Amino acid sequence: MAAHSAPPTDHPTLAPDASAAGWQGITRDWSSDKDAFKQVPWGKAMMWIFLLSDTFIFTCFLTGYMAVRISSTEPWPNTSEVFALTIAGNHIPLILIAIMTFVLISSSGTMAMAVNYAYRRNRGMTAALMLATALCGVAFVSMQAFEWSKLIAEGVRPWGNPMGAPQFGASFFMITGFHGLHVSIGVLYLCTIAWKVLRGDYERSGNYQNVEIAGLYWHFVDLVWVFIFAFFYLW
Amino acid sequence: MTHSGQQHPISLYLKIWGLLFVLSTCSYLVDYFHFAGYLRWSLIITFMLLKAGLIVAIFMHMAWERLAMVYAILVPPLCLLVLVGLMVSEADYIFLSRVLFFGQGITAPSP
Repeated sequence: MAAHSAPPTDHPTLAPDASAAGWQGITRDWSSDKDAFKQVPWGKAMMWIFLLSDTFIFTCFLTGYMAVRISSTEPWPNTSEVFALTIAGNHIPLILIAIMTFVLISSSGTMAMAVNYAYRRNRGMTAALMLATALCGVAFVSMQAFEWSKLIAEGVRPWGNPMGAPQFGASFFMITGFHGLHVSIGVLYLCTIAWKVLRGDYERSGNYQNVEIAGLYWHFVDLVWVFIFAFFYLW
Repeated sequence: MTHSGQQHPISLYLKIWGLLFVLSTCSYLVDYFHFAGYLRWSLIITFMLLKAGLIVAIFMHMAWERLAMVYAILVPPLCLLVLVGLMVSEADYIFLSRVLFFGQGITAPSP
């Protein structure tokens, strides 16, 4: 597990004690003393556990949104119309959210490739792809800022709105705000790691796990958006 | 295979990227064509779960992790389904109370 002293060998086929598959392997890993996550670097295991806790937070928000939406006796605003835009004279429903979705998925794609290039020790490509990912993140947050401004201008507030159930504003600002915060922090995180890649920090230790760990965080942000898109915007 | 971590061909990521684009387009079209009722819900949930599965399995490399960790991460969120179930029945109860005992009409105009 000492990620800094020796390059970790986390490929299962190379692991000496990975022979037992299925439930036998799980029982053996968990009943062995000291560490359950064998061949998983600590940084990665801890990021996964953090993401697990974040899953619970986001699900609590989405469940709260579900509860107020079910229990509301007033009609819920039609998100298809609320988030519609008129582009070049055409009224297109939900178009901004669709663009935001594609931008975030693209950023996930570039991030996955950045991790790949990092393990090939191609520093230039890694940093370039990570910065492209961060740029997509900035574009996403900018579109979200535009969306927020538009809704605030239309009179949507956390305590009420002209379109229907007052809980709409509270759910919207809470859920998308918390997600936008995650994207913003992710942009800073990616820029930091990209800078360290360029500077050659990981070249000295020969350990590019940190790029994959940053990637896990970024994919999680995309993952959460999949659920927000489905439950909040499409439902 | 290198000695330090996940190594898969770039084409795999490009394929998944394309697949995610297709799935997102499909879920957008569900709204665009105004599908309603159970058809809408089942399509939305299906596309959502497919996208989430692809991201977790391929992009986050869960498909190649050790089972001990896969289960440690993927099983606990199942508790959340219990929470959702509890909140659905609670919210239904609150809704009925509002209609039956507080005289709130279902189509009351917003204040």
